Amino acid sequence: MTTVSETKKNQEFMLEAQGLYLKFGGVNVLTNVSTGVKKNEIFAIIGPNGAGKTCLLNCINRFYQPHQGKIIFEGADITRLKSHQIASLGIARTFQNVELFRGMTVIDNIKLGSHVHLNTGLLSAGFYFGAARKTELGLRKEIEESIIDLLEIEHIRKKTVGTLPYGLQKRVELARALAMKPKVLLMDEPVTGMNLEETEDMARFILDIHDEWGVTIVLIEHDMGVVMDISDRVCVLDFGVKIAEGLPSEIRHNDEVIKAYLGEKDITYSRLGA
Amino acid sequence: MRCGDFKESYLKDETIFQTYWVKFWLFILMLFLLGLPFYANSYVMYVANLIGFAIIGAVGLNLLTGFTGQISLGHAAFIGVGGYTAAILVTRLGLPFWVAMPLAGLTAAATGMVIGIPSLRVKGLYLVIATLAAQFILEYVFVHWESMTHGIRGINVPAPRLGSFVFDTEQKFYYITLAVVLLGVGFARNLVRTKWGRAFIAIRDRDLAAEIMGINLFRYKLVAFGLSSFYAGIAGALWVGFIKVVTPEHFPFSLSIQYLAMVIVGGLGSVLGAIFGAVFMTLVPELLNVLTSFAKSSVPGLEHVFLPMKDVIFGLLIVSFLIFEPHGLAEIWHRIKNFFNLWPFSY
Ligand SMILES: Nc1ncnc2c1ncn2[C@@H]1O[C@H](COP(=O)(O)OP(=O)(O)OP(=O)(O)O)[C@@H](O)[C@H]1O
Ligand SMILES: [Mg+2]
Repeated sequence: MTTVSETKKNQEFMLEAQGLYLKFGGVNVLTNVSTGVKKNEIFAIIGPNGAGKTCLLNCINRFYQPHQGKIIFEGADITRLKSHQIASLGIARTFQNVELFRGMTVIDNIKLGSHVHLNTGLLSAGFYFGAARKTELGLRKEIEESIIDLLEIEHIRKKTVGTLPYGLQKRVELARALAMKPKVLLMDEPVTGMNLEETEDMARFILDIHDEWGVTIVLIEHDMGVVMDISDRVCVLDFGVKIAEGLPSEIRHNDEVIKAYLGEKDITYSRLGA
Repeated sequence: MRCGDFKESYLKDETIFQTYWVKFWLFILMLFLLGLPFYANSYVMYVANLIGFAIIGAVGLNLLTGFTGQISLGHAAFIGVGGYTAAILVTRLGLPFWVAMPLAGLTAAATGMVIGIPSLRVKGLYLVIATLAAQFILEYVFVHWESMTHGIRGINVPAPRLGSFVFDTEQKFYYITLAVVLLGVGFARNLVRTKWGRAFIAIRDRDLAAEIMGINLFRYKLVAFGLSSFYAGIAGALWVGFIKVVTPEHFPFSLSIQYLAMVIVGGLGSVLGAIFGAVFMTLVPELLNVLTSFAKSSVPGLEHVFLPMKDVIFGLLIVSFLIFEPHGLAEIWHRIKNFFNLWPFSY
């Protein structure tokens, strides 16, 4: 195992995994994975199918319980928290297979994202006077003016999510994650299954969110074009083991990575965009 | 002329009653409801009260089952808890009905939340069985906790009074029922368009994604159980104040099923649907009763044919609704409304 830039490792991480092990029925899905993302970075996690990328995010979101190791966020150990607590810390997530509320409208889905920021009491909600009313209207305005405008989804905001094409659903899921006003956004394959135009739009949105909102981004992606273009650093997993980490330019020419990807240099070069 | 709806401001978009027409018709409906006791006879007023209780119970159950997705087979038992609490508080402690009623709601809510605790661990059918157990345990308590409930003899309760005014007729009690129905429906309707309602629906549709949004599943499920049972408890208290007696057989398992049928026929996850369902499930059997006695008086002997047919017709009506409109009466209503919204350009 060679880590590309060993020297850069011990810098301040905002969100960090320390020696994570995850097993399913005796099979190691993650083996001693240590990595982290620094504040304001766009950090990509790549690797062949089944490498354990999604599992790593699921450990952070607390869907899976790692057998060993720690997850640290802003200096605090969050390994034992519940999923909903992770959300209220400001860690948002989008999924490989869109996890939206299909029967709800786009706007209601996005409103759900701001759940943790609303503190309407039960009684005030039921009588809808004063505060509750102001909160709902303020929320609506905020969502319309910042998120919906940014992601260019004005035309579909009243539509039921289930009726939308896949590319737009991914965008709505991103919108919902943004409504959480996250500090860190974990994105699992945001452009998979999209055509070229949609992919370019999505890459632009990710950069906008990063630049304008100052959100730290962790990104799992197979599209090497996007990864190499927008990420500051890249981490490579293979069979649950971290085989490399470093700048995109370093990863592109790393032998381990090339071997993991296909074993065959020519094809790999084209896939890694080298 | 109205043609579709294009809303200019978010405020307008977020209000419930969106047009003057809706407000106008609501006004007419209110006039009708307020004036009803002046021209309807006691029987009609009796049915009107029953419908009111059913609406309160069904709106409550729909919050739990329709919105949050937790099926309960114990709703009748929670109504019973409310009924007995009100009866005991009024007769033993001499509390006025107006104090006993909210306390009955709270007691039922607390009971409901205890029953809701397993919802953290068990889902779907397993939870259904847990609520079923609650139904039978509570029924057992109603019968056997003699010192409190007087067993099968039940408790006689005086009619509610306000100063020297006694609400002892169907007509008078109707105004209590109407007021509580308006309050209960309004509360539910508001609640479901705030973060609470959205969280309930999120839990129903995809609990994993709900948690990712920071929704504490356990907390919200418990609140849903509590709210739903609170409505049940209020319905129970009203029922007891109305018929002035409470006995265990008022809250059988079959009543729980009936409430479930109301929210399904009316439309799961719709406050309006619960109202339609409650009206339908209460009114249709009564109408069939009227028809039967009409048949008896016009053609003697016909009632022997009609009497058994009553349940069959009722059953068939329910089944055909489920087949032809799985989203319930509320959906049919929406379609009619949309038709007229765009009329005459509704092609
Ligand atoms: N809940 C689970 N139970 C058992 N095995 C699982 C579970 N989830 C994932 N795995 C296994 O863990 C391994 C890693 O899966 P993971 O989904 O993290 O891969 P991935 O890197 O995201 O792949 P892809 O690029 O295809 O999404 C796979 O072999 C998968 O079969
Ligand atoms: Mg994956």
